[in-house]
Amino acid sequence: MSAKTDVRTYAGFRAMTLLCLFILYAPLVVVTIYSFNASRSLTVWEGLSLRWYADVFVGPESAKFQQAAINSFSIAIIAATVATTIALAAATAIVRGGKFRLRAPSFGLITLPIMVPEIVLAVATLIFFNSIGFTRGYMTILVAHIAFCIPFAYLPIQARMQGIEDTYEHAAMDLYATKAQAFRRILLPLMMPGIISGFLLAFIVSLDDFIITNFVKGAGIETLPTAIFGSVKQGLKPNIMAISTMLLGLSVVMVTISYFASKWDNTK
Amino acid sequence: MNDNVEIAVDVRDAIKRYGDFTALQQISLSIRDNEFFTLLGPSGCGKTTLLRMIAGFEDVTEGGIYLFGDEIKTLPPHKRPVNTVFQNYALFPHMTVLENVGFGLEMKGSSRKDAAKRAAEMLELVQLSQFAKRKPAQLSGGQQQRVALARALAPSPKVLLLDEPLSALDLKLRKAMQIELKHIQRETGITFIFVTHDQEEALTMSDRIAVMSAGELQQLGAPRDIYELPRNMFVADFIGDTNLLEVSVDKIEGGRAQCHIGGGHELICDAVDGVNVGAKVHLSVRPERLVLSDQASDGNSLKGTVTENIYIGTDISTMLDLEDGPKITVRTSNTERGNKRLIQPGSPAFVNMEAGAARLLVD
Repeated sequence: MSAKTDVRTYAGFRAMTLLCLFILYAPLVVVTIYSFNASRSLTVWEGLSLRWYADVFVGPESAKFQQAAINSFSIAIIAATVATTIALAAATAIVRGGKFRLRAPSFGLITLPIMVPEIVLAVATLIFFNSIGFTRGYMTILVAHIAFCIPFAYLPIQARMQGIEDTYEHAAMDLYATKAQAFRRILLPLMMPGIISGFLLAFIVSLDDFIITNFVKGAGIETLPTAIFGSVKQGLKPNIMAISTMLLGLSVVMVTISYFASKWDNTK
Repeated sequence: MNDNVEIAVDVRDAIKRYGDFTALQQISLSIRDNEFFTLLGPSGCGKTTLLRMIAGFEDVTEGGIYLFGDEIKTLPPHKRPVNTVFQNYALFPHMTVLENVGFGLEMKGSSRKDAAKRAAEMLELVQLSQFAKRKPAQLSGGQQQRVALARALAPSPKVLLLDEPLSALDLKLRKAMQIELKHIQRETGITFIFVTHDQEEALTMSDRIAVMSAGELQQLGAPRDIYELPRNMFVADFIGDTNLLEVSVDKIEGGRAQCHIGGGHELICDAVDGVNVGAKVHLSVRPERLVLSDQASDGNSLKGTVTENIYIGTDISTMLDLEDGPKITVRTSNTERGNKRLIQPGSPAFVNMEAGAARLLVD
């Protein structure tokens, strides 16, 4: 790169970068630091302590958080699994299905939910469940999560699949493999990094979701985000910072794994 | 054709169309058992399409394809007892070399153990036993090529299809592989159908060559026939270097044709079916079959002026302007005897033709 076009020579580059990073990460840093505060206060630092982490697990609200965590994780695992399976089938059809007439619209339709405002999806999903008389509860959350997780699982799978030449499948079929065998023995292992990446992304998106969950969950059932929201409405306590920090840590780990999975090369 | 020779692949009036475009126009050819058969032609001539039709990756629009007498055109690729060496090898990147080679056998129903045993034997054949546990990405291009060959040969196909398998290798390696492929073909006795656009490769390796152009079969024959007795302009021009001279046929008598080229030069050559008296056709004569001299010979002899001598290593290429006529190129071998014959640019010279050097072309 020549010195003239290097972005670092632009006026204000450093200040702009620092400002953006500050706005993005300062709140997270503050929450993370204060989650280790010994004080009841949200703003006054009184020394290092794991008190609020203990409070999450054994404190007065622990039963509520525990149930919410069980709901969140079971929904995230099931939703990500089902969504990844559907996304895999869709990617196989769209990438390997030749030039069928509705190929471009199919791709648009499957990724559209990422572009649509989440509140619109939430309202639409709620109205849909009401109109078919689906009683709100665990199942409505699960079905809604499966639906909005599909595009997130789909994109890494499609990206991976487009990088795999179809001569591998041709070679497999030339060597007496049926279509199904070629898929299982050749295409599936080659796509595995994309599948893992898609699954983890879907898992995190499900675990994180608040808006749609809040609309379709019904009374008496909470996921972690709705439980945290409910708790905050009754007053901010540092235990929320502890639980948020744990979720943040989990998200960072999952996204990191997802990133490396998508780069992972099982051919070396 | 000899009745004892069994036909491995019989292509009968095969036509391939993609919409309005005709990739193959009614091709018929019989490929014999145990032969090294080459489909030769420039890119887009339909040679790869024909190969893929035999493998089962392309439908046959019209006509039929028979493998040892059985119609195979409706069989899916995995039911055809033919295997392919792909141009980019298509080795399964997530499997070891040994797993790659054993894959076909496993799919055919061999146990994993038997497949591995046979795969190890095949790796020995291509001298890659020490790389059995590696992944394809850890091998050089030449080694990958040999793995692809071993993988395709392992299930003992009735016919082996090779789609320009040497095109990615450098010249030295390619020459070595040409000889190795030829040896393996003889050792295994399997019919090889080899696709290439490299005429030298085709001449070196093949028992017979089918020259194709624009979806049509131009000529089918042994390498020597294709080179020495080209049937038409395309074949003469595509295979090797040649001088193409426009001639008028004046007289045909006793299997000999008397012709003249521009400027009144007279030539006598073998008559060819399909070329009649009065016809204006082309005549092909290879530069190495011409002899440069300061004296005219008794036979065909053309007078001209040397314009340039070009040194090309094994030979010297001399360009001449014929008197009142076309240009012609002569190749003289770079030997002491050859160098003595050379004539400086600007000097007059005679181009003498060996008997049978000139060939009339049908079209």
